[in-house]
Amino acid sequence: MAFPHRPDAPELPDFSMLKRLARDQLIYLLEQLPGKKDLFIEADLMSPLDRIANVSILKHEVDKLYKVEKKPAFSSSEQLCFLVRPRIKNMRYIASLVNADKVAGRTRKYKVIFSPQKFYACEMVLEEEGVYGDVSCDEWAFSLLPLDVDLLSMELPEFFRDYFLEGDQRWINTLAQALHLLSTLYGPFPNCYGIGRCAKMSYELWKRLEEEEDGETKGRRPEIGHIFLLDRDMDFVTALCSQVVYEGLVDDTFRIKCGSVDFGPEVTSSDKSLKVLLNAEDKVFNEIRNEHFSNVFGFLSQKARNLQAQYDRRRGMDIKQMKNFVSQELKGLKQEHRLLSLHIGACESIMKKKTKQDFQELIKTEHALLEGFNIRESTNYIEEHIDRQVSPIESLRLMCLLSITENGLIPKDYRSLKTQYLQSYGPEHLLTFSNLRRAGLLTEQAPGDTLTAVESKVSKLVTDKAAGKITDAFSSLAKRSNFRAISKKLNLIPRVDGEYDLKVPRDMAYVFSGAYVPLSCRIIEQVLERRGWQGLDEVVRLLNCSELAFTDMTKDDKASSESLRLILVVFLGGCTFSEISALRFLGREKGYRFIFLTTAVTNSARLMEAMSEVKA
Amino acid sequence: MNRTKGDEEEYWNSSKFKAFTFDDEDDELSQLKESKRAVNSLRDFVDDDDEDDLERVSWTGEPVGSISWSIKETAGNSGSSHEREQLKNRNSFSTYAQLPKPASTYSLSSFFRGRTRPGSFQSLSDALSDTPAKSYAPELGRPKGEYRDYSNDWGPSDTVRRLRKGKVCSLERFRSLQDKIQLLEEAVSMHDGNVITAVLIFLKRTLSKEILFRELEVRQVALRHLIHFLKEIGDQKLLLDLFRFLDRTEELALSHYREHLNIQDPEKRKEFLKTCIGLPFSAEDSAHIQDHYTLLERQIIIEANDRHLESAGQTEVFRKHPRKASILNMPLVTTLFYSCFYHYTEAEGTFSSPVNLKKTFKIPDKQYVLTALAARAKLRAWHDVDALFTTKNWLGYTKKRAPIGFHRVVEILHRNNAPVQILQEYVNLVEDVDTKLNLATKFKCHDVVIDTCRDLKDRQQLLAYRSKVDKGSAEEEKIDALLNSSQIRWKN
Repeated sequence: MAFPHRPDAPELPDFSMLKRLARDQLIYLLEQLPGKKDLFIEADLMSPLDRIANVSILKHEVDKLYKVEKKPAFSSSEQLCFLVRPRIKNMRYIASLVNADKVAGRTRKYKVIFSPQKFYACEMVLEEEGVYGDVSCDEWAFSLLPLDVDLLSMELPEFFRDYFLEGDQRWINTLAQALHLLSTLYGPFPNCYGIGRCAKMSYELWKRLEEEEDGETKGRRPEIGHIFLLDRDMDFVTALCSQVVYEGLVDDTFRIKCGSVDFGPEVTSSDKSLKVLLNAEDKVFNEIRNEHFSNVFGFLSQKARNLQAQYDRRRGMDIKQMKNFVSQELKGLKQEHRLLSLHIGACESIMKKKTKQDFQELIKTEHALLEGFNIRESTNYIEEHIDRQVSPIESLRLMCLLSITENGLIPKDYRSLKTQYLQSYGPEHLLTFSNLRRAGLLTEQAPGDTLTAVESKVSKLVTDKAAGKITDAFSSLAKRSNFRAISKKLNLIPRVDGEYDLKVPRDMAYVFSGAYVPLSCRIIEQVLERRGWQGLDEVVRLLNCSELAFTDMTKDDKASSESLRLILVVFLGGCTFSEISALRFLGREKGYRFIFLTTAVTNSARLMEAMSEVKA
Repeated sequence: MNRTKGDEEEYWNSSKFKAFTFDDEDDELSQLKESKRAVNSLRDFVDDDDEDDLERVSWTGEPVGSISWSIKETAGNSGSSHEREQLKNRNSFSTYAQLPKPASTYSLSSFFRGRTRPGSFQSLSDALSDTPAKSYAPELGRPKGEYRDYSNDWGPSDTVRRLRKGKVCSLERFRSLQDKIQLLEEAVSMHDGNVITAVLIFLKRTLSKEILFRELEVRQVALRHLIHFLKEIGDQKLLLDLFRFLDRTEELALSHYREHLNIQDPEKRKEFLKTCIGLPFSAEDSAHIQDHYTLLERQIIIEANDRHLESAGQTEVFRKHPRKASILNMPLVTTLFYSCFYHYTEAEGTFSSPVNLKKTFKIPDKQYVLTALAARAKLRAWHDVDALFTTKNWLGYTKKRAPIGFHRVVEILHRNNAPVQILQEYVNLVEDVDTKLNLATKFKCHDVVIDTCRDLKDRQQLLAYRSKVDKGSAEEEKIDALLNSSQIRWKN
């Protein structure tokens, strides 16, 4: 249980500085509008803000706080400040507010603070609505939120849809800036690896930034020896699987939001909900977060027994001992008690939910899909899921898993599943299917690899060189997943003799009950072992990334051996808690430590919702 | 850009930056100075802050007032004059309840003065003396948007670089098509989507759409940005023109169809869907669109009719089970459920009859039976359930058949609290003996368990089951009778 790190495991850098920087900058920006003002905060920014600042800190600058909503605002303040993501709808909202004031003959000061950056499209809307100039704009470059000692999140879930569905590269600069900030704070990264189109572009832009602001990182000792950039579309399969390590399961069941979770009355066994921070500081959670769920119950009850024993010690104590006990131990014990009962409650609630939805059968189907047997049976299972109107997201997820593992659905199955899906969950999901096809998540098997009609038409119009680029662009959108071949090549399905002992995991497959090693983590493991992509040509080709896998090693003798065992993994488009657990495991095995930077923590449901056209 | 001179002056006079000069050559230098000054000023207010807080709010170890919570409060008593007071008092309140909240419990003093790990954790001022201020807070305190670029001499690469840094930069000098395209290609080569879009906004304004489309057709990255931009700002007309130009007929159709989501009024939505029917969808999708239209058309009729029936109060099923929601815009399967619930016995000729729905939308047998079963079981109409699975062969014998497997039937019945006698009947129809035994045990169909054990001649299992039934019950008697019977040849 809760395997300790090897004694030689490197220390993690201290990321709390990022929080301070963000907070200082925000306060500074607010000061730019001196005097009393009301602050309107976009809902999506509230939780991240909560993690770095609080009312007391803001209240020096701000009179009242509001949420940016569709409703008109009733603020009597002479100065309004808006803290928002750079989104068109926010601009329309602000513009309507300003214009309403204008009609009423009211003059106030308005300031918009974009986080993490401003987009030109937003300014265009302000200009079109006639409020450009009435509103002053600023940027709050808050793009790295330390959610835990080893986890940095950009809290940009929209990164996934914007890039992987729409092909919009707006966040690449944000990411490059964030990497630039990290390298100025924690020294240069001597070894860089990456795979994927977005990873490559981000890397290039980041390097350009470093060149432009030359000299800053020179002469500094690197704190983190390696950086690995990985596009989410290298591995959709892992993200689509049901999670069975505790933290992942809690995320799938209750949704961890910005590092904290709302446990409802069914967990707290009271009539109140509790908001609980989940991170390494929660001692109980820290010991079970990476565990396979089947171990968690046993661990918690053992822990409960120990606790009982410690409480029991007070019997037979004399007054002095009792005084000591109360003043020194009782508080800690009580806290542990609360945490224990909370996580036990969460486990019970998870068990109840999972039994109700036939989790066993579901997992069995997923494993069959991963291994590629009984495809017909799995297809029938999915069909029944749809017919019974079990959650639309679940059904969609299973269809995607079937599609990616099988290189697309057989046309007959595709049609029939799609029809039944539309009948069960609503015809407007036609749009969702179109999105999924564009993102390569749910496709129909096509005969051969011939160019599509549009492609050849376009090719005729342009020179050879450009045509190559276009074909490239097309294939990136509709590429074959080749999952089966990759799985074979990288040995993702472990051969198990007898039972896989989940208590003593032997490889990263434990995060999926020993049935599957997460592809993303396997790629990272292999590249780190080989110090590059040598010998992985076939895998890279199967991933459709022949031009998009890169290595960049600088000879840096200043890098300490400790720093060379620290690895920053950047997930573009989101990573799951299962992947984090798997890499933590790998780190423990090899004496590395991983640091995770993700555009957002994700899971299968979030991926599917991002593709869904029908907002709940 | 269109701010008047007076405004401009007023703004600058009121801002802290009046001493700042707009000399482009000096841009980087003054930027540096500015940041330094900014950060220095930070230290001042940070210290103030500290003392202030220690005085007014008890800080050490106290939970932190959460921002989300505080906003809820403002929403609740908007306009109240005690608000500030309340906020202050509530600072010790926490939505994180009484749990350890390490990450959010900091005292300000430790934050700014503490060193947890010498060498790596630096206070802000330390950090600044180590490395250039610029790298720590590169843009701190400099409202970027307020920089004006009056010089028009930038070439494409400089222009793109300035755009990337968030500076307002005039693009007006790029007048020839060649210049414009060069600018676009430079933007694309930098990978920054925000800049690509900025250039596209300029091109959209200064090029006729035919030329713009033609140039983008061979520049896929830029094209994707334009499409996304048009979607976001809702310029549907130009988007459709673009798809038409590109001959992307399916996307054109889908894009048009998407608009129905914004139409709330059911009649109008229906009319809109009608306009979608002829659009160039794939053959398969055309059928789905047609179905969508037909479905909504039916729902409107059913809804009007049933609302009338319900309010008249003459129909028993509506009186006993008032409708919870309108059937409009519900999926087909939900509609079928509804019609099985309220209109089960209607003749095929009416729009609301299940059979009519089944025929119109070619609902597969399996799906139909599943839905009808759930609806009739919910109403506890067991004879309807019975009829659903009863078939007659040509000799007139009846037989039970279920396209979905009787184990599913049993589960659905159980979920709807069917009585044991009913459950028993269907458990008995499960073919696989193990499944049958499992289900029977799970749902306490004692007779089935007992009979199955007898048929399997499994004395041990029967013996084990005896402990599960109530003492002195008829079941126990039955088991005892069997166990004592000498006519059975037990296998164990």
